[in-house]
This record gives sequence, structure tokens and C-alpha cells, in this order.
Amino acid sequence: MSIRNVIAAVFFSIVAIFLIFSALMIHPFGPDDNQEKFEMDEYIIQNSQEETGADNAVTGVVFDYRGFDTLGEATVLFTAVAGVMLIFRRLKK
Amino acid sequence: MSGMSKIVKTMTSVAFPLAMIYGLYIIAHGHLTPGGGFQGGAVVASACAMILVSFGSVWTVRKIKEKNLSVLESLGAIGFIGLGFFGLIFGSHFFKNILVGSKNIPIFNEIGQGMSNINTAGFIPLMNFAVGLKVIAGLFAIVLVMAYATRLKEGK
Repeated sequence: MSIRNVIAAVFFSIVAIFLIFSALMIHPFGPDDNQEKFEMDEYIIQNSQEETGADNAVTGVVFDYRGFDTLGEATVLFTAVAGVMLIFRRLKK
Repeated sequence: MSGMSKIVKTMTSVAFPLAMIYGLYIIAHGHLTPGGGFQGGAVVASACAMILVSFGSVWTVRKIKEKNLSVLESLGAIGFIGLGFFGLIFGSHFFKNILVGSKNIPIFNEIGQGMSNINTAGFIPLMNFAVGLKVIAGLFAIVLVMAYATRLKEGK
């Protein structure tokens, strides 16, 4: 067992512990007992049309409130296309 | 290897424009109805994949090069990021939607309320076009390159 395997096992354990703790501390599904609705949902439903100008609230969230998320998705697609082009470049002949 | 039978090719030629129009409609109405750039782009890319399956990969590669598809995909990405920087330069922050409610530029500047028309939502339709172009070119390039690379294994 080399030193690299020991380091990998230690780091893997740390990451696993973090994941387990965050899974235990996650917010329960749905609103709390003292909370009628989610504030963020209510805010988006009430204000997204005035703020983004889009009728479709989902598009308003995806392209305006969370534009960086869409940018990341586009980056993922770009990376996939680049990888496929790179792998199949030799096989084309 | 020249694709499938004549019946399949004829039916593909009939169904391809309908699928194309449906996908482009989903992209263009992304800010009004459910859907958007990703979903409509997937529809259009599946229509192109139908062409690829029925007519064969050799015929399709002769018609459209995958290099051009790469250029289109990069254009979509540059357009998307450029629209974000447009808001950074002329507005306050990245992805700022400066077209909504502006009096100077009469493109997509109205605010949607209920049953609104297509001339709303500022940068969101333009970003939908950019992302749709990117998804169409990207998915079709993936399918095209894979089909062309494995063409020797199918059939003869």
C-alpha cells in the first residue's frame, strides 16, 4: 500500500464525512410547520413578470435570476462536444 | 451504404420540416410558453438526427461538415456570453437585462403581463436564440461525428 493510496483514502473519508453531515443537516422537504409557503417561491411567483419582463416564470428564473447556472450548462455542453470531437477525430479516416 | 429504403426517406422528407418548425417555435416562444433554448434545440437536433439515420452518415457528412457545426456552436456560446457582457458594459452587472422597459431600443422592450405578445422580456429571447443555436449545433455535431466514425461497423 503506497503513500498515495493512504492520502487518497484520507481525503475520500473527509469528503464522505462532509457529504454525510450535509445530508443530515439538509432542509426537510416542503415548508416548515410555522411557515405557510416558501418565501422564495412566493417572491418569484409574485415578482418575476415585472422584474424580468418574461411571461414564463421558469424562463425568467433560468435566464435571469440564475443566468450563471445557464452559463454553466452551456459550458458543460461545449465541453461534451469538444471531447467527442477530440476522441472521434482519429477514427474518422 | 446509402441509408434506408425509399419509403423511409420519403417519410423523413415529409416529417422533417414539421419537426423543424416545431422546434424553432419552441425556441422563439421560450419566454412566453413552456420550453426554451435547450428544449427546442433538442427537438431540432432530433429532427436532424432523423435525417442522419434515414439518409446515412456519408450522405449527411457530404452535405454538412462538422467543422461548420463547431463554428455555429461556438457562435452560440460567444453570443450568450456577449449578451451577458452587454449588460455589464451598458448596465450595472453581468447578465443585466437592460432592454426591458427601455425607451431607446424598441426590440423586446415590453414587460410581459399575462397573455402578452412576443415583443417582451429583453435579452431573454436573444439568449434563447443563442442557446438554441448552441444546442442544435452541439447535439447534431456529436451525433454526426459518432455516426460517421462508426460507419464501417454497420452493414458492410
